[in-house]
Formats: sequence, structure tokens, C-alpha cells
Amino acid sequence: MTAHVHDNINYLKTSKGLKSWLTTVDHKRIGLMYLASILVFFITGGLYALLFRLELWTPNKDFLSVDQYNNFFTMHGVIMVFLVVVPGIPGALGNFVLPLQIGAKDLAFPKLNLTSLYLYWLGAILAVISLLAGHADSGWTFYAPYSLSKNPAVMWMLTAAFLLGFSSILTGLNFIVTIHKMRAPGMTWFRMPLFIWALYATAIMQVFATPVLGITLILMLVENFFHIGIFDPALGGDPILMQHFFWFYSHPAVYIIVVPAFGIASELIATFSKKEIFGYKFIAFSSVAITVIGFLVWGHHMFVAGQSEVADTIFSFLTFFTAIPSAIKVFNWTTTLYKGSIELRTPMLYGLQVLFNFTIGGLTGIILAILSVDIHLHDTYFVVSHFHYVAMGTTMIAFIGGIHYWWPKMTGRMYNEVVGKFASLLVFVGFNTVFFPQLIMGSQGSPRRYYHYLPDFQIFHQISTIGIIILAVGLFTALINLLMSLRRAPDAPQNPWGARTLEWEFAETPPVLFNFKETPVVTHGPYEFAKEGA
Amino acid sequence: MDTTKSVWLPEQASTFANSVDWAFNLYLWISVAFFAIIVVLIAYFVVKYARKRPDQLATAQIVHNTFLETTWTAIPLIIVMALFVVGMKGYWNMRVAPSNAMQVDVTGRKWAWSFDYPKEGVSTDTLVVPVHQPVRLRMTSTDVIHSFFIPAFRTKADVIPGRYHSLWFEATKTGVFQVFCTQYCGTNHSYMWTAVKVVTPDEFQAWVAAAADPSKGKTPAEFGEILYSQKGCVACHTVDGSTGIGPTWKGIWGISVPLEDGRSVTVDEAYVKKSMNEPATDVVKGFQPIMPPFQGVLSDKEEDALVAYIQSLK
Amino acid sequence: MASTTLQEHEVAHHFDDLEQEFESQKFGMWLFMASEIMMFGALLVGGLFLLYLHPDAFAESRPHLDWRLGALNTFFLLTGGFTMARAAGFAQQREQGKVRTNLILSLLLACGFLVVKTIEYKAKFHHGLLPGHAFHGEGFTSLHAHIFFGYYFVATGLHALHVLIGMGLMIWCLKVSKRVQFTRDYYTPVEFAGMYWALVDLVWVFLFPLLYLVG
Ligand code: HEA
Ligand code: HEA
Ligand code: HEC
Ligand code: CUA
Ligand SMILES: [Cu+2]
Repeated sequence: MTAHVHDNINYLKTSKGLKSWLTTVDHKRIGLMYLASILVFFITGGLYALLFRLELWTPNKDFLSVDQYNNFFTMHGVIMVFLVVVPGIPGALGNFVLPLQIGAKDLAFPKLNLTSLYLYWLGAILAVISLLAGHADSGWTFYAPYSLSKNPAVMWMLTAAFLLGFSSILTGLNFIVTIHKMRAPGMTWFRMPLFIWALYATAIMQVFATPVLGITLILMLVENFFHIGIFDPALGGDPILMQHFFWFYSHPAVYIIVVPAFGIASELIATFSKKEIFGYKFIAFSSVAITVIGFLVWGHHMFVAGQSEVADTIFSFLTFFTAIPSAIKVFNWTTTLYKGSIELRTPMLYGLQVLFNFTIGGLTGIILAILSVDIHLHDTYFVVSHFHYVAMGTTMIAFIGGIHYWWPKMTGRMYNEVVGKFASLLVFVGFNTVFFPQLIMGSQGSPRRYYHYLPDFQIFHQISTIGIIILAVGLFTALINLLMSLRRAPDAPQNPWGARTLEWEFAETPPVLFNFKETPVVTHGPYEFAKEGA
Repeated sequence: MDTTKSVWLPEQASTFANSVDWAFNLYLWISVAFFAIIVVLIAYFVVKYARKRPDQLATAQIVHNTFLETTWTAIPLIIVMALFVVGMKGYWNMRVAPSNAMQVDVTGRKWAWSFDYPKEGVSTDTLVVPVHQPVRLRMTSTDVIHSFFIPAFRTKADVIPGRYHSLWFEATKTGVFQVFCTQYCGTNHSYMWTAVKVVTPDEFQAWVAAAADPSKGKTPAEFGEILYSQKGCVACHTVDGSTGIGPTWKGIWGISVPLEDGRSVTVDEAYVKKSMNEPATDVVKGFQPIMPPFQGVLSDKEEDALVAYIQSLK
Repeated sequence: MASTTLQEHEVAHHFDDLEQEFESQKFGMWLFMASEIMMFGALLVGGLFLLYLHPDAFAESRPHLDWRLGALNTFFLLTGGFTMARAAGFAQQREQGKVRTNLILSLLLACGFLVVKTIEYKAKFHHGLLPGHAFHGEGFTSLHAHIFFGYYFVATGLHALHVLIGMGLMIWCLKVSKRVQFTRDYYTPVEFAGMYWALVDLVWVFLFPLLYLVG
């Protein structure tokens, strides 16, 4: 051990001023900056959704033009995917929590970490430029040849996505190395909290899948400028090739999105049941299994795109295997509750919502994998609902639960519990009101990305629009509740939840600059509530 | 066969509908069962094992049970493999058209469909097919990717520029069924609708006879009006004076139109024909040069009819 | 040999010791390379796919690339890989001077590569063998020769960009070598530049046959 003098003050107070934040290499501060940026974009993306959902109140024009509508869902999709859910949990909570949970002083490469954040910001700025440069309206999937129509806004968007991908690769790389090399003494692989396992699996996908997105975007940009003819059928290229490239990344990306949320759910469920998690190794390895299978199933997005029938069949077959690790998780979480000591604090309410929503989201994913049925459901609202159940209902809800869970550690403040619970209830009701009707509407045959729709579907659209209003009120209440706590004096105890992981047992609230006053020595598993200690 | 609409699925009108709906409903009940088990268990545990004292620990630290883990791995595995087989069977059936299928060529363009019957020698903008007759669509696009979706037939396939992609079906009842474009293709993607009209074989023969020469018994302007919707001009041009994707046709005959490059032209027969065949040459001020060229798509007779029609719109 | 002004490397605050630092950085570098390989891998798969789509365009265009120049470049790169490996070896033995010689040799070889590449590019420009719309090569029967050259420029351009980055790393090593003493436990910069160069080599070893030889 080197004889470094630890700065024994709270990391928020070690230095002051904007510059000290912008040049910091402290993973905790970087995590907070990610958190703030991501919330800003979550609200932006949500506002887009609110606006275009209001437009869908009637089948015809209400207050947005067609082009505005098309632009809005594109911006909504791109912002939510590339600026919110992909970087979300790893960038904000992962950054803050990972070194604390494994007993490290920082990530392995603190400067690289700051670089990731700057790349994220640069990508965000380009996305905003794309807004000003006209309207990008290719959908978040950028399918050629439509997206090759030289629309400068689409080009900015592609460049933005490229930088964001780079940022994501660097974060993943940093996490993998940190987990391998920086664990505290006694922190064996199987004493790692499940959140760490989840981040680890995620990081593998970030490092190995994102570069393929990178090259896809490069080729798209070059194609736009020089018309090489790789993807453009008018020049002899193949638009289906572009789709393969895109989904080769974007399918693993959906697991990049959801696996960290599984990690948070495991933490919440174990802690608020005061019970050792059931089937720890199964949950840990199922994250890794999802990672591996996730690389082999991208073709299930292209069942009607005209790849060969044999390819369709193989992709369908492989896709079904994603159900197994997911099922293992869901059943192990449920069983963890059995004979627990369950306390319904705000984070736990979000944790249970994750279970509820993910079960629906996952089950609706399996039906899309059934070849003959997907032919009917592809590109309808059924798919829209499926991926919101997983991306919003699982990932964002887990994210918000995680924010509530680690908020005292990050800020030293406790929020109002009653308001927190009330907000989470509104979120639950609102979310399901938005997306459940879309399942029915979709299987009835209502296509997605539709400004103008059949009057038969109006009632579903209207319920859905009422839903987002409830949802938005709930989310704003939750946010204000959190922010209000900042005005109070620091009052959070070191371990308000009685958790057994390092960040609660060993680190102060808020933690000191290098996380721990002395390097922790780990003597028990992350959820051994029965064992004596702390 | 159940032909009424259900809560979840639209009307059934093709031979595929039964098997797709069967798979859908089978899965629906499987997932309802799993969902119910999970949600009921969670609710029960949350109530039953609610924490009573603040420092209370779980009453039992059960961490593992091999029997349970095996069971809940094996059962879903069996179920999904069964689902795979069901889906695959239905799907291969959809992909392999019977040899006696009637062929129709489908062209998608922004934002309209057109249908050519190579054997019957007719073209239309609404698909008309005889009932109980396998039909094979040979589809391509002139610009970007579209997708041809008939909910009541439970079938869909992407329509890709530079390629022919085929789709087949056999309608099981007469009626008019909605067709959507389901691949995002730009501004008017959600307006790119048409219909399939399923008729009896006799009605079909009569229709073919009438459609073979659509100009018969009509003035050029009347024929032009038909072409206006049939050839897809309607997607971008209005005839009521409002601006669409392209300029309206109402009242443009004879007036002078400003162009993007500063010149202006008078709308006459030559200009209108040039606009159809090489629209990129004279781009009207305030519009994007996005109109597809119709060179080779329109016959001379059709061009004349369209000119007459535009001329008639005062 | 080590001059007296050279300092020893200091371990960063959050690492326990040199070994942990070195191991971490090396692991990080491997991951980065894996990521790059995935990117180039996808590019190569794309290239193979184009070859499969338009074999005629590839067959007709390939004679316009000079395989001898390509082979010369392969020689430059691989020899550079060898000198980089020697540099890393000497760094471990504290032979600061030899490290520098080998770095400079590698740099020269890399320059050689770029010079040849420039000559090749110039010839393409001269004959109008350009990507996409800019293509105006003469005497081609295939309609898709522009795709071959489009791919050629993208693939070799991206590779050349990596050559430039690799050269940047070598220059960085030269700079560090003036300041810090390399030791058995600390020769990280040279090691990394060497690994990176191996990647540049590896990619070329696949690009060369795909573009210059196959078919
Ligand atoms: C964000 C995360 C996320 C996650 C986690 C998933 C998870 C899954 N997805 Fe989803 N998906 C998306 C995001 C996600 N998806 C997005 C964004 C799109 C659309 C993109 C676009 O077009 O814009 C999409 C589209 C999509 C399609 C293409 C649809 C189409 O366009 O036609 C398919 C098809 O197979 C599919 C399948 C699946 C499957 C099988 C899973 C599985 O991993 C689910 C596994 C989980 C369970 C099965 C539930 C738990 C298990 C049990 C309760 C046990 C019992 C279960 C059984 C017996 C079955 N998804
Ligand atoms: C991946 C993440 C993600 C998330 C989280 C969301 C969130 C939401 N999405 Fe979206 N959506 C996509 C990804 C996402 N979406 C994608 C990829 C598409 C496809 C685009 C395409 O076709 O190309 C799409 C498309 C899409 C459509 C289909 C449009 C169409 O096809 O025409 C609809 C329609 O209802 C919709 C609605 C919503 C709604 C109501 C929410 C709501 O959940 C939003 C709720 C948020 C708010 C109301 C903001 C308020 C937030 C706060 C105040 C912060 C609170 C903070 C704390 C508590 C800490 N989305
Ligand atoms: C994809 C949209 C689109 C379709 C389909 C389309 N047009 Fe157009 N059209 C435009 C646009 C945009 C302009 C204005 C720009 C230009 O002149 O190219 C235009 C201009 C014209 C003009 C000149 C009008 C003027 O005011 O000077 C004529 C004539 C015309 N179109 C005829 C047709 C005919 C006939 C058809 C069908 C057979 C058709 N268009 C289909 C988009 C379309
Ligand atoms: Cu055509 Cu959408
Ligand atoms: Cu997928």
C-alpha cells in the first residue's frame, strides 16, 4: 500500500467552483454530472413524447405538422436511446457506485472517465445542432436509403451517435479493468454485489458491440458524402446490409440498456427484504448468458426485411433462448421475497414495479420472436409497447429506484418518504395506462410512426395520452421531492437501509474523496444479513 | 373458423389468419398464466412477510434450491421450443407460394401503391383479387423501403428498391380490407394506404374487362382524374388549392410560376410534361426537388390525359 | 544509457503499486484493441459481402491496384512491427538509447508506408478511380467499379488514420523516453505503442489480400 494521505473530507466539499467540477477526475463527481445531464435529456425526450402523444389525440392534425411529428419521434427515440438509457445507469449510478461497492479508490482510468463524459457532452451538443440544422426524420433506426437523402440534420445525428458510442466504449473498458484489477482485499468474484455483475456484463457488450455501430455510422456518413454505393440500392448497394450492421449493435444495445437495471433490481429486492438473494450465482451468470446470447439474435428485427428464410428461422430459434436467463432472474427475485422481512420504502416500490413491468415487457418480446406472429406484429404499436415496457418500464424505473436508493449516499440528504411513495404510485399507474392499450392497438394492426391513423384506434390513443399526463405528473413529483431534499441540512445516516454492501457499511455519507478512510477488508457476501457485522 | 374480431386481433380474412391467431392466443394464455403466477406470488409475499419491527431480519435465509432452479429453467425452455416450432411452421407456409398463384406486380413509391396484372394486362391503385385464389405479389420500390401490410390477412413484407420481394396470400372472404405501409418512408408514410378488394371470380373477370381500358368512354380530363389517384400524384398534389408536398394543381394552368433558380415559366403543355418526366429540371420555388420522375411510367395517352385534367382545374 | 536527468515513474494515486497499474493499463489496452478489431472486423465482413455482391466489379478493378506496391507496404508495416517489439524489449532492459533507435526506425518505416500510399492514391485520382459519383474511370464494363474504389478508399483511409495514430504514439514514446527511465516494471508507453502497431499490422494483413490479391 502506498502512503497516500487520504483527504478525509466529504467529496462534495474537497474543492469548490465550476472549474473544480469540470476538471475533476473523481468518479463520484463525474457520476453526478452524468446524472444531471441524463436527467435533462430524459426530461427533453419525455417532453417530445408528451407533445407527439397530444398530437395523436385525434386521427388528423391537431397542432403539429406531419414533418414536425416525424421529427419529434425521431428526436425522442434518438435522445432516449443514445443520450438517456444507454449511458444512463452505467454513466450515472455505475460511475458513482462501482468503485465504492468493490472497495476501490476510483476507477482504473479516472482521466479516461472524464473523457467519456466530455465525449458524451460533445455528442449531446451535436444532437442539439442537428435540431437546429433542420429536422432529422429518419427514425432512430436510420434505415437506408431513406436516411441517405442528404438531410444535414441526419448527418449531425449520425456523428452525434458515433461520439456517444465512443464514450460508451471507454466507459465499458474502464469498468471491466476496474472490476478485474481493483477489488478490495477479500472482495472475491462471488462476493461482488449483483449490480457489479450486471455492470460487468454490460461493459463487455459496450466494448464488443459498440464498435460495429461505429463503423456503421462511419459508412453511413461516407455514403452520404461520397455516394459510394455500399447501402444505396440506386448505386448498386444493399440496404439490407445496413440493417444487419445496425442491429448487430442495436440488439446487444437493448441488453446494454436492460442488464444494469437487473443489477439495481437485485440490490433493491435483497436489501428491502433483509434477505440473502436467492440463487446468487444463477442471477450473476444469467447476466453473462444474456450477453452471450444477445450477440446472436439481431436478425429478429428483420423477419419481414427479406433476409433468407433460413436466416429468419435460425434467428428466431436463438432468440427464444433469451427467455431462459430472464426467467431465471424473475423467478429468483420472486423467491427472494419468500419469508423475507419486506419493507415497502420508495426504492422498493420501484423495484417491485421493475419486476411487474419486465415480466410484461419480456413476455411480449417472446411473442415477437414467434416467426409467424411477428410477421403480423412487426412495426405495429405492439412493438412500441414491448420496448417501452423494457426500456422505460424496466430500465428507467430501475434507474429512478436506484436514484432514490443511493440519493442519501450521493447527497447526504433524505427525501420525503410519503411524497416519494405517492409519486411512485402515480408513475406505476401512468406508465401502464400509456402502454397497455398500445399492446391491444398494435395486435389489432395499428402501424407505428403514424401521424394519421384509422379512427378505430382513437380510443386507445386517447387512453395512452391520458396516461402520459399521469406519468409526467408522477415523475415531476418524484424529481421535485428529490431536489427539495437538497435544501435541508445533511441528515442521512451512513446506512439508512441496513444494507450489507460496502458503500453503505464502510463508506461515509457522503463518501470522502478517495471513498474510504482506510481500504476496507471484505469478510462477508453482499447480502449476508444474518451474519454479525457493522 | 372464428371470423369475428376479438379484443386482441382484427378480422380474419386469409388462410394464414387462423394459424397466426392460434399461435397468438396460445401464447397469450401462456403469458397470462406466468404473469398471474408471478404477480400473485409477489403480492402475497409482500403482504405476508411485511416487516413488523424496524430491525427485523428475514425469518429464513434460504439461498438456493437446485430443484426449483432446474424446474424454472426446464419448463420455459420446453415452452419456448414448442413456440419456435409453431411459429416456424406457420412462417414457412407464408413464404412458399403455391404454384397456381396468380401474379400481381406491386410498386411502392412515395407515397402510393400501384398494382400491375401482367397476365390480365391491367393496372390499378387498389388491389383487386378473387376470393379463394392464391395470389403472389412481386413487389419493388422506386425510391426508399416501404412495407406492405394487410392486417386482416396477417401478412406483411418489406418493399425494397432494387430488389423483388414476394408475398402471397389466399383471401377467404369477400370484402374490402385495409392496406398500410409499415416501413417509415418519409413525410406521408402514414398516408400511404390503399385497400384490397376481395371479389368473387365472376366479379373479378368483369373488373378486368373494365379496367383493361380505363380511358374507354371517358374524356381525357376524366381519365386524367383517375390517373391522378392511380399514379400516386394525389400523395403530393392537391386539387383544392391547398399546398401539399408539391404545389397544388388548382388554377396553375397558364400562370407564370417562379422557379428555385430565379427563372420563371408559364404552365403549358410542354412544361407540365417536362415536370412529369424530368421534375428536377424546373423546380418550383419553395419546394424540395423530391418528385420522382415518371419517364417511362406514363404512356403518351396518360400524359395527355393528365395535362387535360390539370388544364380543367380552374 | 540512462542519463542522470531521467526520473522514475510515479504510480497514480488510486493504484496500490506499479504492478497493479501496469496490469490494469495493459488489460485496458487489450480491451481497446479488441474493440478496434470488432470495428475492422465488421468493415472486412462488409468488404467480403460487397465482393460477393459484385464479383465482376472486384475482378475488373483489382488490376488497377499494384500488388507490388501493396507488398512493399506490407513489408514496411511488418518490419515496423518487429522494430517496435525490439523497442519494448530494450525498454525492459533499461537501454534507453536502443529504445530510441528502434522507435525512430519504426517511424521511418511508417513514413515509408504513407509515402507509398500517397503514390497509390495519386495514381487513383489521376485515373479518376474515385468513390461513388466522383468516379470517372475509363474502360470499365462493370457498372459497380465505383463501389470497389469507394470501399478501397474507406478501408485504406481508415487504416491510414490508424497508422497516423500509431506514429503519434511512437513520437509520444520518444518524448517520454527523454523524461522517464524505462524499467523492467515500467515500459508501458513502448509496450502500448507496440501493441497498437500490431493491430495496424493485423488489419493490413487482412486488407491487403482482400483488396490486392483475392479473385
Ligand atoms: C430495452 C431493452 C429490451 C429488452 C430487454 C428486450 C427483450 C426482448 N426482446 Fe425486444 N426490442 C427492444 C428492446 C428490448 N427488447 C426494442 C427497442 C425493439 C424495437 C426496436 C425498433 O424497431 O425500433 C425490440 C424489438 C424486438 C423484436 C422485433 C420486433 C419487430 O420489429 O418485429 C423482437 C423479436 O423477436 C424482440 C424480442 C425480444 C425478446 C425475445 C426479448 C427477451 O430478452 C425477453 C425475455 C424475458 C422474458 C421472457 C420474461 C421473463 C420470463 C418469464 C416470466 C418466464 C416465462 C416465459 C416464457 C415461458 C416465455 N424485441
Ligand atoms: C429507450 C428509451 C425510451 C423511453 C424512456 C421512452 C419513453 C416514452 N416514450 Fe418512447 N420511444 C423510444 C424510446 C423510449 N421512449 C424509441 C426508441 C422509439 C422509436 C422511435 C422511432 O420510431 O424511431 C419511441 C417511440 C415512441 C412512440 C411511438 C411513436 C410512433 O411510432 O409514432 C410513443 C407513442 O406513444 C412513445 C411514447 C413514450 C412515452 C409516453 C414515454 C414516457 O415514458 C416518457 C416519460 C418522461 C417524461 C414525461 C419526462 C419527465 C421526466 C422527469 C420529470 C424526470 C424525472 C426524474 C426523476 C424522478 C429522477 N415513444
Ligand atoms: C413525392 C411527391 C410527388 C409526387 C408523387 C408527384 N409530384 Fe409533382 N411535384 C412534387 C413537388 C415537390 C413539386 C415541386 C418541385 C418541382 O417542381 O420539382 C412538383 C411539381 C409538379 C408540377 C409542376 C407544378 C407547378 O406548379 O409548376 C407538375 C405539373 C407535377 N408535379 C405533376 C405531377 C404528376 C402528373 C404526378 C403523378 C403522375 C406527380 N406530379 C407526382 C412532388 C410530387
Ligand atoms: Cu411507404 Cu411508409
Ligand atoms: Cu432485438
